Amino acid sequence: MADIETKLNSGIPEGPLAEKWTNYKSHVRVVNPNNKRKLDIIVVGTGLAGASAAATLGELGYNVKVFCISDSPRRAHSIAAQGGINAAKNYQNDNDSVYRLFYDTIKGGDYRAREANVYRLAEVSNLIIDKCVAQGVPFAREYGGLLANRSFGGAQVSRTFYARGQTGQQLLLGAYASLNRQIAAGKVKSYVRREMLDLVVIDGKARGIICRNLVTGEIERYGAHAVVLATGGYGNTYFLSTNAMNCNCSAALQCYRKGAYFANPCFVQIHPTCIPVHGEQQSKLTLMSESLRNDGRIWVPKKLEDVEKLRKKQIKPSQIPEEDRDYYLERRYPAFGNLVPRDVASRAAKERCDAGYGVNETGLAVFLDFAEPIKRLGRKVIEERYGNLFQMYEKITDVNPYEEPMQIFPAIHYTMGGIWVDYSLMTTIPGLYALGEANFSDHGGNRLGASALMQGLADGYYVLPYTIGDYLSHEILTPKIDTNHPAFKEAEDAVKAKIEKVFKVKGSQPVDALHKKLGNIMWEYVGMARNEAGLKKALGLIEEVRKEYETDVKVPGENNEFNQELEKAVRFGDFLDMAKLITLDALNRGESCGGHFREESQTEEGEAKRDDEHYMYVSAWEYRGEKEEPALHKEPLNYEEVKLSTRNYKD
Amino acid sequence: MKFTLKIWRQKNAKAKGRFETYQVEGISPDTSFLEMLDILNEKLVREGKEPVAFDHDCREGICGMCSLYVNGRAHGPDDDVTTCQLHCRKFHDGDTITIEPWRSAAFPVIKDLVVNRGAFDQILQAGGFINIGGIVPDANAIPISKVDADESMDAAACIGCGACVATCKNGSAMLFVAARVSSLAKLPQGRVEAARRAKAMVAKMDELGFGACSNTQACEAECPKGVSIAHIARLNREFLLAKVQD
Repeated sequence: MADIETKLNSGIPEGPLAEKWTNYKSHVRVVNPNNKRKLDIIVVGTGLAGASAAATLGELGYNVKVFCISDSPRRAHSIAAQGGINAAKNYQNDNDSVYRLFYDTIKGGDYRAREANVYRLAEVSNLIIDKCVAQGVPFAREYGGLLANRSFGGAQVSRTFYARGQTGQQLLLGAYASLNRQIAAGKVKSYVRREMLDLVVIDGKARGIICRNLVTGEIERYGAHAVVLATGGYGNTYFLSTNAMNCNCSAALQCYRKGAYFANPCFVQIHPTCIPVHGEQQSKLTLMSESLRNDGRIWVPKKLEDVEKLRKKQIKPSQIPEEDRDYYLERRYPAFGNLVPRDVASRAAKERCDAGYGVNETGLAVFLDFAEPIKRLGRKVIEERYGNLFQMYEKITDVNPYEEPMQIFPAIHYTMGGIWVDYSLMTTIPGLYALGEANFSDHGGNRLGASALMQGLADGYYVLPYTIGDYLSHEILTPKIDTNHPAFKEAEDAVKAKIEKVFKVKGSQPVDALHKKLGNIMWEYVGMARNEAGLKKALGLIEEVRKEYETDVKVPGENNEFNQELEKAVRFGDFLDMAKLITLDALNRGESCGGHFREESQTEEGEAKRDDEHYMYVSAWEYRGEKEEPALHKEPLNYEEVKLSTRNYKD
Repeated sequence: MKFTLKIWRQKNAKAKGRFETYQVEGISPDTSFLEMLDILNEKLVREGKEPVAFDHDCREGICGMCSLYVNGRAHGPDDDVTTCQLHCRKFHDGDTITIEPWRSAAFPVIKDLVVNRGAFDQILQAGGFINIGGIVPDANAIPISKVDADESMDAAACIGCGACVATCKNGSAMLFVAARVSSLAKLPQGRVEAARRAKAMVAKMDELGFGACSNTQACEAECPKGVSIAHIARLNREFLLAKVQD
């Protein structure tokens, strides 16, 4: 693979860390209201990042077109986020601050995120809470009428705002309401059941998109002065994940193929508290909110004979005496206990299960137990905190978690990597921006709990609306983008050819069968623990699946109709390329860092060993054609404010 | 487990639909209802037949995308769940299961079990928001009683799936509209426009061909999120208030 030591220009503003964003805002250009009316912006995706961006840009006066693959913007997968959203309000007077939120995020990300981006994120976090409350988001409150907070996912302060176990839903409904307000005002036009299948680039600038109308199959052209990508992450590459079934990486990958660099793809987050796989017929995994770890205690039996009895259902977990239980997180990490970051908790569960202590028939599960907190706080308190989660667990597993512990196991949940963006969230294609999970910029190697909602809304409400003005101020003389331009025709033809190609194969295997194969390869070799031999093997196996896809996929029906198998078949081609990119990046990054654990790089105790000397950079991959290997660019990370340390959750 | 499935098939909005019968077997009781349909579809594709189109996404009961009328009940025989959270253990081995799309004039069929719920978006665009923008006051500037916030949250739990409309003999969207009106009306920031909002949303609902509410309470019984018809009473109050103000 070519290794190009170019310095990507991240565009970090001058000045001390705490003043960078203010400096930037003071010096960028703004577009006057008369000119905003003449400028068109396309926003793809209506999750927290996309909906908040589209609403805010409409409110500012731009003409916005917003696209989603679902039947309504409100369905986007942000809706499934449960736990909460962080902000540095310090309402609890527990010594929280912008700096502390910034520091925790940088540290939690294992020092692979940009200082300036993360500081800005912490800075605007407080505005988000104000905005959401004004929109009518019913956050949890104390009896005195003020907002309630909880500590979440390894934070030592209580900075997480929440709406029961449905925070993502409520925040998305807030953003969706703002969007509806702009739709009613005529500033935003909403296109539902549309899938972006290509980006149109004219004279080096992003100028539009090609969509498939998922109801009619028509291929449609849309032009704009700028394109904003907010299409989420690529977790579904692994087939089984907590992502919604329709989450996919096609729009992002298409931008990559058109020249947007893809950054840090190997940083994939594996969430420790998901409901374990029940068998071969499973279609997706369900997350149980991390907030459960605030009270729940994680354990496996100390004795293998107890494990045997559990698997044979000869005993119930509650019958195992206290002294025969191994609360392994409390044992290994006394300072943080059950609240260690996600990557640490996931690997610890894998370690116990690999050693044979997994508690269900598949051997891939550990207990999350509420017996002790129920005894200490009373069932009513636990019910109030987690009632809906307990109900969901019981509906899925048929086990009552008030009586017997839950079973949990790690699963693919979130992707920290994404399209490379500079400080203004612009990609390497001028006029193309990437927000939320679709970009890479704020979480480094590992994302902290309750930070995804924060980042999506920060990007959409408070960052992009400022930065995009700087770019568009140079576009005020550009007339409406003409979709009869040859570049549109070329892109449309390419999309049509791609669709024709999958129909033509007429093989024997449904797309899902191939996707399951790919998922197994990725989970086995590019999952929680990776090594050089396994990654190289994975590259070969991915190509074998690709061959099957190209020669044996079966897509029924036609293009000119509602055709879900066709949608999946087209997306799967992109998942294959994504899988390769994740694996190449994992192979290149020889250190263990955040969600990326290389077995070659660990301490004697089996903890992750980061290698700042060789890997303190963002890897950004450049597409160089179907037959060519991508080229690696490195953006060095400079830490001016934070002193690097080894993450230590032991003491 | 083994099931006989009678499924509504309809090529597109204009075509005439009909029931078709399929057999599935080897289904684990822990398999979810939609996973069972995935298995059927995989089988159909392998046999060179058209798979059954159905809407689904999060499979966690929160996105509101899945629908399905199963054995004459919206979201199937289990209480307080969406179809995606329904599991095969809720059926008996050998059962015949009838699966239909939402039936409502306001939700035209797109294909098979997929319907167009765009009317819900239009109702919310008519006023389901608070008219604020720009920079707003500090989040703690207005204390809100926990009781009010909790009640607002109860109503805000609505996922917009449309089960209320599908289950109502009049095809009324009152519970859906009431949930949004009530959620915002319980909060001081939403109070300001409460009456105006109620009027605009009800007018849009009527315009889009949803039926009137005749208090059968079927919507509440079938709502997967347990949204209470008490919110309809609150909507009516706001609506009357708006009429009086006119």
